[in-house]
Amino acid sequence: MKPLSPPVLEISGISKRFGNLQANQDLTFSLGRGEVLALLGENGAGKTTLMNILFGHYVADSGEIRLDGQQLQQGSPAVALDAGVGMVHQHFTLGENLTALENVLLGTESLRQPFQRSDVARERLAQLSQRFGLKVDPDSRVSELSVGERQRVEILKALFRDARILILDEPTAVLTPQESVQLFAALRGMVAEGMSIIFISHKLAETFDIADRVVVLRRGELAGIFETRSTSAEELAQAMVGHALPEIKRRSGTVGPAVIELRNVGVEREGESRLFDVNLAVPAGEVVGIAGVSGNGQNTLTGVLGGDLSVTSGSLSLHGEEIRHASPRGFIEAGVARIPEDRTDIGIVGEMSLAENLILEDYRDQRFQRAGWMRRRRIDSHAKSLCEKFDIRGSEQARQAEKFDIRGSEQARQAKELSGGNIQKLILARVLHKSPRLIIASQPTRGLDVGAQAQVHQRLLDAKQHGVAVYLVSEDLEELFSICDRIHVMFEGRLSDAIPIEEADIEEIGLMMTGKGFFGRPSDAA
Amino acid sequence: MRLERRQGVSLWLRLTLPVMAIAIALLLCSTLLLWAGVSVSDAYLSLAQGAFGSKFALTETLTRATPLIFTGLAAAVAFRAKLWNIGGEGQLYMGAMAITLFGTGAVTLPPVLMVPFLFLVAVLGGGMLLLVSAALKTWLRVDEVVTTLLLNFVVLLLVDYLLFGPWKDPMALGWPQAARIVDEGRLATIVPRSRLHTGLLFALGAACLVWVVMRFTRWGFEIRAVGHNIFAAGFSGIPVKLAVIRTALLSGGLAACAGVTEVAGTKGYLTVDISPGFGYTGIAVAMLAGLNPLGVIAAAVFFAGIYNGADSMSRAMNVSNYIADVMTATALLSMLVCSLLVNYRLKRN
Repeated sequence: MKPLSPPVLEISGISKRFGNLQANQDLTFSLGRGEVLALLGENGAGKTTLMNILFGHYVADSGEIRLDGQQLQQGSPAVALDAGVGMVHQHFTLGENLTALENVLLGTESLRQPFQRSDVARERLAQLSQRFGLKVDPDSRVSELSVGERQRVEILKALFRDARILILDEPTAVLTPQESVQLFAALRGMVAEGMSIIFISHKLAETFDIADRVVVLRRGELAGIFETRSTSAEELAQAMVGHALPEIKRRSGTVGPAVIELRNVGVEREGESRLFDVNLAVPAGEVVGIAGVSGNGQNTLTGVLGGDLSVTSGSLSLHGEEIRHASPRGFIEAGVARIPEDRTDIGIVGEMSLAENLILEDYRDQRFQRAGWMRRRRIDSHAKSLCEKFDIRGSEQARQAEKFDIRGSEQARQAKELSGGNIQKLILARVLHKSPRLIIASQPTRGLDVGAQAQVHQRLLDAKQHGVAVYLVSEDLEELFSICDRIHVMFEGRLSDAIPIEEADIEEIGLMMTGKGFFGRPSDAA
Repeated sequence: MRLERRQGVSLWLRLTLPVMAIAIALLLCSTLLLWAGVSVSDAYLSLAQGAFGSKFALTETLTRATPLIFTGLAAAVAFRAKLWNIGGEGQLYMGAMAITLFGTGAVTLPPVLMVPFLFLVAVLGGGMLLLVSAALKTWLRVDEVVTTLLLNFVVLLLVDYLLFGPWKDPMALGWPQAARIVDEGRLATIVPRSRLHTGLLFALGAACLVWVVMRFTRWGFEIRAVGHNIFAAGFSGIPVKLAVIRTALLSGGLAACAGVTEVAGTKGYLTVDISPGFGYTGIAVAMLAGLNPLGVIAAAVFFAGIYNGADSMSRAMNVSNYIADVMTATALLSMLVCSLLVNYRLKRN
C-alpha cells in the first residue's frame, strides 16, 4: 500500500533496543506529501521511541531514515529541524517564564544579534497564526496560558521553522473535545498546503477523524498499515491488542442510599479557594462520573472524598455520619477504597516489595503483625493469593533477570520494577479485595493499554453490581459514557448538577467543560 | 555515552560494591604516595599493620570503631527515613553530658543496672535534642539540615561552659574536665592491657537490633515507607509524623550512645575533645555502608582502621597522616560512583 504522491519520509528497518527491551523492531513505512498518518499503539508499543529517533533524540541500532530521498543523519535534533521535521512533545518543551513569541524565537536567534528580528518575527507569527487558525497572544507568558494555548505555541514554533513534517505526540490527551476539533481544523489547513503530519495516538476514534492511513505498532513491531477508508475500529483494535477486546458487561444494580454526600462544600487550601458550594451524592450501586479538564478542582474534590482533605465549609457525611476532620486511616477503615490518580508517586512505595505494598493500608491488622512484629509468612501468602486473583505479574525483563538471581520470588520484587498496568492492578488488589463500600477512583485507566482498561472498567462495574458506590474522575468522556450512571461536570472549582447518562449529550458536556452553558448551581437559582 | 538502568541487580554485585570502591580509593591514593616519594607497597603495608597488624593495633582500631558504629547507625536510621540528621556530633555530646550529670555520683546503682541506666539517660538526652529539630521540621517545615547542624555548635559551647564553669573537676589540676564516672558506671575492659571496652559489644548489639527493627517490625515498616515515599505513606494512612518522631528518638539516641562509650568507656570523664568529629564521620560511615545497619559495622571498622593505620604509616614512612582523610574521602567518592555503575550501565551511542 504505497501513498499516491512520492513519499517525503521513508523509514526503513528501524530497530532500537533498551537493555532487555526491544522498543522498535525492523519498522518500515513511509509518509506521503499532504498526508496525515496516525501512529497507533498501546502504551509501550514503541511509538514515542520511533518518533524520538526520527527527531534525533535517539540513534537507532539499525535502519535508516530518508527525507525526500536524502538520508537523514540521526542523533541530532538540530539536523532534524533543519531538514524540516518539527515535533510537538506530549510534555511540552516551553520556557514557562518566557512569552509565546520568545519561545517561538528560542533557538532561531543568532547569538551575535539577539532581539533584532523580533518585529519581523512578530509579523510572521501573526501571519502563521492567522493562516492556520492557531490563536495565541504573542506577548503573554507561557505560564499564564492554558494547556490548549501552549500546544498552539508548540505547533507555531515548528511552523515558524518551516517544518514540512509535523509530529504530534498524543496531542488530544490534554484537550477538551472542542479544542480537539479546533486542532484538527488547523491540521487539515496545514495538510492542504502540502505539509505532512504524523499523529501519535492510542485512541481509536480520533484516528478515523483525522488520518488518511494508520500505522499500528504492537510491542515494538509493525502490526499493520491500514487505510482509514477501508478499515474498521474493530480491525484496528485487534491489530493493536493482538486479540479481540472483551466486551464490557453493564448491568444495573439496585440503587441504595448515598454512601457519601457533600452539602454546600467549600475548600480552601494555602489561602486559595479550590471548591465552591459543591453538592454531590454517591449512592450505593451507582457509578457517578466527574468530567472536566484536569486542574479544575477534581483533585481537591477527590481528596475530600478520600479523606485526605478536610472541608472548610459545608458538610461531608459518610454512611450518614458527619465527618469534620479528614483522616485517610478513618476513611480506609470505613470501607473507602481509594485509587489515586498518580499511581507511582502516591499509590505505591516503589522501593518496597510488592508484598509490602499490598498491605500498605492494612499493615496494622492482626493478620499481618502481632505485638509490633510483622508476620512475613502471612504477608507473603496474602500477596501470593492476591497476585493470582488480580493477575499481577512482574515485568518480562524482571523475570529474565530472575534467572540469575536466586532470591527473587515474585512477591519480594520491588514494586517500582512493575509495569504501569501491573502497578494499577496492585493498587486495585490492595483496595478491592477487602470488599469496600465506596470506591474513589481518579483517572484509573490513564496510560493503561486497551486490554487493561477494559479490566479496570469491568472491576468497577462488578463492584457497582454488588452494591458498592463508585466515584470516578476521568478526562476521557468516552470512558465516562461507557460506565457511569450519572455525570457531573467540573469547572473552576464548581460542580454541575448530576446529569443522568440517558440524558447526557457528549457535545453538551464538552461545552460545559469549557465553562459554557454551565448550569444548575442552586445558589444561581436562588 | 549514556546511562541505562540495569534490571534486577544481583546481590553479589551489591556486596562487591564497597570492596571495589575501597580498592579504587587505594589505587588513587597511591599516586599521592608516589608523589610524596615513598614506596607504595611499603606504605600500605605499614598502614595495614598499624590498623590490624598486632593485638594492640587491632584493639585500638576496634576502640575507635565503637563510637563510629553508633554514629553510623544514627545516620543510617535517620537517612533511611529521609530525616537529614547532621547533628550526630551534638547528640553525642548530649549523651556525654547526660551521663556526666547522672553518673558522677548523683546516682549509684550496682554495675549491672548502672551501665544500662547510663545508656538510657544518654539515649533520652540525644533523642530529645534531635526531637527539637524533627518537631520543627514536622510542624513548621524548618529545614532539619540547618537546625541539626547548628545545634552541634550550641551543644559544644554548652559543654565548654560547663567544663570551664560549674562542672569543672577541682581535682583536675585546672584542666577543663568533669569529674570521673563512678566505677559502677564504667564500661569494663574486655581485652587485658588494652583500651577495648564492652562498648563494642553494645555497639554490635545495637547494629543487630536496628537491623531487626527496620526489617521485621511494624515501626521499621512505617519508617521505611515514610522514608521511601512520604506521600504514599500518608495517603495509605501511615502516621507519618509519628514515624518521623520515632526515627528522631532512635537516631538521636544512637548517636548519644557514642558519647557513653567515649566518656564511660575510653576516657572515663567528659572533656571537650572526646570526639574528633565522630558525629560527622558517622555520616560517611553510613553512606559507605549503603545505610545498611550491619554494613555500618564493617564501614566503621574500615574508617577506624584507616585513621589508626595512617598514624603509624606517617611515623614509619614520614608522610603526612592527613592521607587518612584523603583515603576515606576517596573511598566515599568512589563508592558513590560505583553505586551509580551498579544501578546503571554505561552505553555508547
